[in-house]
Amino acid sequence: MELIAKGRAGTLESGDVFVTVQPSDRLTINLESPVKDAYGPAILETVDQVLNELGIQKGIIDLADQGALDCTIRARLATALRRASEDGGGDE
Amino acid sequence: MRRSLLFIPGNRPNMIQNGEVLPADALIFDLEDSVLPQDKDAARDLVASALRTMDFGSRERIVRINDLESPHAAADLAAVVPAGAETILLPKTGGRKAIEDLDALLTDLEDQAGRRQGETRIIALIETARGIENALEIAEASARVTALALGAEDLSADLACPRTREGLEIFYSRSRLVMAARAAGIEALDTPFIDAHDLEGCLADTRFAIGLGFTGKLCISPFHLKTIHEAFAPDQAQYDQAHRIIAAMRRGREEGTGAVSLDGKMIDPPIVRQAERVIELGRLAGLAAREGGPSK
Repeated sequence: MELIAKGRAGTLESGDVFVTVQPSDRLTINLESPVKDAYGPAILETVDQVLNELGIQKGIIDLADQGALDCTIRARLATALRRASEDGGGDE
Repeated sequence: MRRSLLFIPGNRPNMIQNGEVLPADALIFDLEDSVLPQDKDAARDLVASALRTMDFGSRERIVRINDLESPHAAADLAAVVPAGAETILLPKTGGRKAIEDLDALLTDLEDQAGRRQGETRIIALIETARGIENALEIAEASARVTALALGAEDLSADLACPRTREGLEIFYSRSRLVMAARAAGIEALDTPFIDAHDLEGCLADTRFAIGLGFTGKLCISPFHLKTIHEAFAPDQAQYDQAHRIIAAMRRGREEGTGAVSLDGKMIDPPIVRQAERVIELGRLAGLAAREGGPSK
């Protein structure tokens, strides 16, 4: 999968995470989270896993976490990445 | 047992999280009406991810996919069947063909995912006049169909009649759906009660539906769960009597008696099945059998 545009997914509601991804010639991950001290490393590990699963090696990944569970972070990141890739932005 | 089946919007993580603790018998993760067209892909990813990782305990995991005629349905199924959806709620089921088409799609996906053939169940949501008229053929279209469910909001629009609190306009549809479901030997699930804050109305509506033969009720508000369970709960006398019926039937079997009677009335298989259901409903309601049964 290759990023060719900006992609977003999620919301700023409690329990969600707002993810923005965009193309770049290197990988940058920016995480904002009220639980960054306690769960930052676990969230970043989840992000790494999803990027590896989808074959993403470069891009700018911004996450505004609102206390999302691991499964929500996985889902929102995968949606944003797919929307930003040549696979397209959904069903429409 | 499905007394209460709670809809959860598929693109709301905080509501999906609540599914782990809400006292519903079944959770319906919704990819259809509660999700905006531009968020269909996001909801599908979120529900699939939740199904893979969250622990919903004994609650049945149902997904309402989009209409089979829509561009979303195939992708919905491809995401949620491998992720562990136990049951698919098919909206706007109008006839046998829709069930046969869904059955074929599920068979392919079960094959690809290494799941047992026929494992994924179907609940047919009937919400059009055509669906009501075809209810029996829908119920019998596949062994996967375990229930017919009524969607009265869309149905009343299709019938061009106002939807009222009393529900007289859906009386025929409710009766027809129950008859078809029970003729096919499957469950009948009633339409949701729409006013989240009217618990009295919800109780009366659920009791009325139970009186017609419905075995469960769709639900759009967690506030209704307790009320729906209250409506389905037998009272202590009914619960004790059900235990007496089962005990009499067992004694008859042990003694090799062909016909069994209790209090001068014959006990036949439908009465035994009804007693077993009352016992299960009583157990779920927290009732305990009294020593010696009822005073009668």
